[in-house]
Amino acid sequence: MTTKPPISVVLYPILFLLLLLAVWQAADWIWKIPRILLPSPWEIITISIQRMDDLLSATLITAQAALAGFALALAIGTTFGLLFSVSKIARRGVYPYMIFLQTVPIVAIAPLIIIWFGGGMASIVVIVTVISLFPIVTNVTTGLRSVDTGLLDLMTLYRAAPHQVLFKVRLPNAIPYLVTGAKISSGLTIVGAVIGEYMAGHGIDEQGLGYYIFMSSQNFQTEILFAAIFLSTLLGVAMVGGVSLLSRTLFSRWTYQLEQ
Amino acid sequence: MTTPISMSLRPAITIDDLSMQYGDATVLDSVSCDIPAGQWISIVGPSGCGKSTLLRCVAGLTNPTTGMVQLGGQQPAFVFQDPTLLPWRSAADNIQLPLELEEQSTENRSDRILQVAQLVGLDATDINKYPRELSGGMRMRVSIARALVMKPNALLLDEPFAALDEILRQQLNQELLHIWQTQQMTVLFVTHNVTEAVYLSQRVLVLNANGTVGGDVTIDLPADRVPAIRNTPPFLEKTAAVTRILQEGL
Repeated sequence: MTTKPPISVVLYPILFLLLLLAVWQAADWIWKIPRILLPSPWEIITISIQRMDDLLSATLITAQAALAGFALALAIGTTFGLLFSVSKIARRGVYPYMIFLQTVPIVAIAPLIIIWFGGGMASIVVIVTVISLFPIVTNVTTGLRSVDTGLLDLMTLYRAAPHQVLFKVRLPNAIPYLVTGAKISSGLTIVGAVIGEYMAGHGIDEQGLGYYIFMSSQNFQTEILFAAIFLSTLLGVAMVGGVSLLSRTLFSRWTYQLEQ
Repeated sequence: MTTPISMSLRPAITIDDLSMQYGDATVLDSVSCDIPAGQWISIVGPSGCGKSTLLRCVAGLTNPTTGMVQLGGQQPAFVFQDPTLLPWRSAADNIQLPLELEEQSTENRSDRILQVAQLVGLDATDINKYPRELSGGMRMRVSIARALVMKPNALLLDEPFAALDEILRQQLNQELLHIWQTQQMTVLFVTHNVTEAVYLSQRVLVLNANGTVGGDVTIDLPADRVPAIRNTPPFLEKTAAVTRILQEGL
């Protein structure tokens, strides 16, 4: 049974944020900090309202790129996880390169992806996929392989066919692991989308938050930069929250493991 | 009280000169034993003497290094020390797993599930619960029901009640005896509890620490076992005899 978190879990962070904003605004009034260095919360809110349509449109575009890359990462990651769980050769031959790929900074790979896929949405989606793939692959592989030996013995006793072991034991066992991987990846998707848009989002008609971050930093529009950062963060939280909510709805039978 | 089942002396399970080695370590050494159909045999021995390995060899889960096991038409079901339930399935879905794997018709499944659930003391509400919502004893009942759902004629039990408290253990022992008597099965029961072995069985096979057979004690006590029998001199004599063989084999 789940217990509701105490109100302080929500209230205290909100109070802290309000306090921080008040101190920030007060500091701006007292020391007249130049807008280019640190705009006040009020200035950020004002510009956000003025440019609301543009910023919301950019947020939507970033969200689309993140979701598309995330869906691809889920499909490719689960496929690789399945492959690694059934084939020792594939696991030993390919898995080290997966780790290698994970250790290469995404900003180093991004130009290569842009050369291959061109500037625009395709490259951005590929960058999101690359950055969010690894947690899904590792978690799905672990979930498929870390089945209780007693359950495998049980399947042997009843002479279960390999496909029965996969669908009745291994895949269901991997669900909580897949959810954990998806949660980690969902946060990374926004990082990938913003980096992708920052580097490859210039030549397209509709620009995402990464493009706004790039342009506002080039033009010293720090208040827009702050608004874009805030929206990116909000989008990241929404992605993680969405995945958590969806997983709880779709996989309610695994609730016990998902809560652990 | 139920009447004792009739026993055939024809071996239902034959364990012939079975040995098992893991590297240099000998776990089982030339174990032989004939188990007539319908008989309850308990296997006792010190920790690490190969009791569970022997049972796994009989079930076909482990291949012996030498020797063989003949099942003589017996279809064994296995109950593990842990309930080994699929946590994402309800108790009913766990019970019906063997039927699903055999791809048996779904027509009479629910009747069969209810039948075995009742046999092990589970009601319709219990079987709709998930394993996490059941107590340890209930989970073990589900595990036994799953073993019985295929109507096996041999039941292999690997210390199924080791993790349960004494009162629940005795209650489940009694229920298991009732199932054995009504379902006419051959039972191989691994335990480290001598009193439990003597109480439940018609024979107790004692394994020595080196994996050899230390003794094969016939328990010629009345077939209707009631808890009061534990205080009778014949019961205590048999318990002492098994314990003595155990101590000699250490």
